[in-house]
Amino acid sequence: MKQTTTSVLFCGTGGQGVLKASEVLGVAAMLSGNRVKKSEVHGMAQRGGSVESHLIFGDTVYSPLIVPGEADFLVCFEANEGKRLAHFLKSDGVNLLPWLEEAENLPDSRFINTYLLGVLSSMLAIGQEHWMTAIETVVAKKIEENRRIFALGASRGKG
Amino acid sequence: MLLSGDEALARGAYEAGVKVACAYPGTPSTEILETLSGYPEVDTQWSVNEKVAFEVAYAASIGGVRSLYASKHVGLNVAMDPLMTSSYAGVRAGFVVVVCDDPGLHSSQNEQDSRWVSMFGKLPLLEPANPSEAYEFVREAFSISEKFDTPVLLRMTTRVAHSKEDVAIGRRVEHQPFEFKIDAAKYVMVPKNAYRAHAKVEARQADLAKFADTTPLNHLEPGTGPVGFITTGVSYYYLKQQFPEAPILKLGFSYPFCDEKIAAFAKSAGEVFVMEELDPVIEEHCRMLGIAIRAKHPSFRVGELRPELMRPIVAGEAKVEQPSTARRPVLCRGCPHRFVFTMLRKSKAIVAGDIGCYTLGSAPPLSALHTCICMGASITFQEGLRRALPGRKIAGVIGDSTFVHSGITGLINAVYNKAKGLIVILDNSTTAMTGGQNHPATGATITGKPTKKLIIEDVVRACGVDNVDVVSAYDLKALGTLITDRLAGDALSVIIARAPCRLIDRDSRPAPAYDKDKCKTCGICLSVDCPALTESPGGYVAIDRETCMGCNLCVAVCPPGALTRVEDIAS
Repeated sequence: MKQTTTSVLFCGTGGQGVLKASEVLGVAAMLSGNRVKKSEVHGMAQRGGSVESHLIFGDTVYSPLIVPGEADFLVCFEANEGKRLAHFLKSDGVNLLPWLEEAENLPDSRFINTYLLGVLSSMLAIGQEHWMTAIETVVAKKIEENRRIFALGASRGKG
Repeated sequence: MLLSGDEALARGAYEAGVKVACAYPGTPSTEILETLSGYPEVDTQWSVNEKVAFEVAYAASIGGVRSLYASKHVGLNVAMDPLMTSSYAGVRAGFVVVVCDDPGLHSSQNEQDSRWVSMFGKLPLLEPANPSEAYEFVREAFSISEKFDTPVLLRMTTRVAHSKEDVAIGRRVEHQPFEFKIDAAKYVMVPKNAYRAHAKVEARQADLAKFADTTPLNHLEPGTGPVGFITTGVSYYYLKQQFPEAPILKLGFSYPFCDEKIAAFAKSAGEVFVMEELDPVIEEHCRMLGIAIRAKHPSFRVGELRPELMRPIVAGEAKVEQPSTARRPVLCRGCPHRFVFTMLRKSKAIVAGDIGCYTLGSAPPLSALHTCICMGASITFQEGLRRALPGRKIAGVIGDSTFVHSGITGLINAVYNKAKGLIVILDNSTTAMTGGQNHPATGATITGKPTKKLIIEDVVRACGVDNVDVVSAYDLKALGTLITDRLAGDALSVIIARAPCRLIDRDSRPAPAYDKDKCKTCGICLSVDCPALTESPGGYVAIDRETCMGCNLCVAVCPPGALTRVEDIAS
């Protein structure tokens, strides 16, 4: 029995919105009919320490933690953290590191997570409407700007 | 809904009709009470400490309403006194004791296995393996509590409490309160009554063991393969992922043990492997039953399990320690604690620390804290160290919430026993490390309602301390003078260094100016461990202007004046 799941590892440092980004994907994946498991550790999130969140969705999900070498996507908000956890990625997995630099050039660093979620959305079979609902419920602030940045990321991801 | 284990447990308790819920914040259990406080039907509180929380919630059960206590593992240690005798006195309405362990020490001072508490206290133990089970098990726990007249322990670990999944929720069913009955034989634990109660506890243990063998909370999943597993908690899902076809006996009601189910499983499976995180609890019990089992190498008793460890563990391998490459957390930008630590370090005092954000000040380059054991152990350690090391400069630092939790008793002890020395209360007006919860000295309740505010300096004076100073934590000069003076003095002194937590007060001022030509590359500014200051080539520094909050500590410590204050135009 092979699991048909998609696993995404989000990482960065405290205060970058790592947990929020994985929450958005978690809600969007749930709305599009998947079982979802997400794992994270709180406490150090606002104190500059390493923060990672594991998110797995599909028909049947067992472990809330991703096994090293089995992540389909690695979404890092900080390059060193991405390098540190690169061993989690599958050999044919997608590392979103190339898009991080673009995201870092945004005028407001608080939107790095939304931009990278946009990029990720272009690679996943989750309907646009579910992403928007997820952003509205989870982010709940600066919705218009988040939508715009998300769309920008989505267009870059496809290109 | 996508719910964490904590949120799902709170939702389950709400639906089960819980009326009173008490806790002191502690990662990873904090969100249980935070979630419950959102339901107006539930009377919730941040209690002063875990012993108080336990007693208030337990008494509500005796009063006839369903009640709940929640804390992290080390918090339950504080509540052990009432817990041990609550087992004898039993309950009226259901009483559930939630404890969240932290295998892997994500945010704790030890990785104790609280399953032993259920054995020590002779209390039934439920262990959900994911948020959905947390939601379901808490309801079971209430009914088991009422059926067997006992508090019920519900244990989660960080990976259950802080993992999230889609949980199908229902509606609250009001629980009709039981009539309160005066029953001295049951609730007055004097020796004669307690002796009889103990006999009842032993009989209850036998009844619970029978229940363990019949409840579907312990279930057998048939399967194929050479190895069958006995497991509990999140390890079950790690096994399902790695050995999806294997037969598994999953313990949800894990104490008292389901001996018959264990024996039957062992007979049916080829080889039995016990997969459990931390201590060898199930393992030792199986061996005591005389059942041939295999279990993890003892090196795996340290740290948490992960899915990728399942196969090496079953293969009998020892743990290979991987050095942590994670970025260490630091005090926040602009944090007022950094000012106090800068001056304490300068004083060369031995500093007894406590539990809170400020424990982060122990790491180099600040290296300003030298002990940290448990809540409240700064004031008492200051006293004890001084008794061992007369003539040495010794200080203790404690946060505001921790002071109220268990610092006050130590302070009274110090005064009573004529101790000398310096205590600094780092008063940032919140329980910061767990995310900013209210406490008695913030003047607001768990729901944010105003309440009588505890004035810390009044309490300190009332304890009998004569030298009490309140100073802004940002006033480096005043802090320095006071710390030097009080450490040299021959009395007990308390300095309250006050400034709001920077996670609450986010107002920032302009970053300082930096004149590279004046910089002597001495590195003193870097030694305050500010996340906005980094070393650049040649020993110079770079200021991250987006991160800097303009606290100007680096300016104050810069000997050649290379860093200078930039006045806020708006002010």
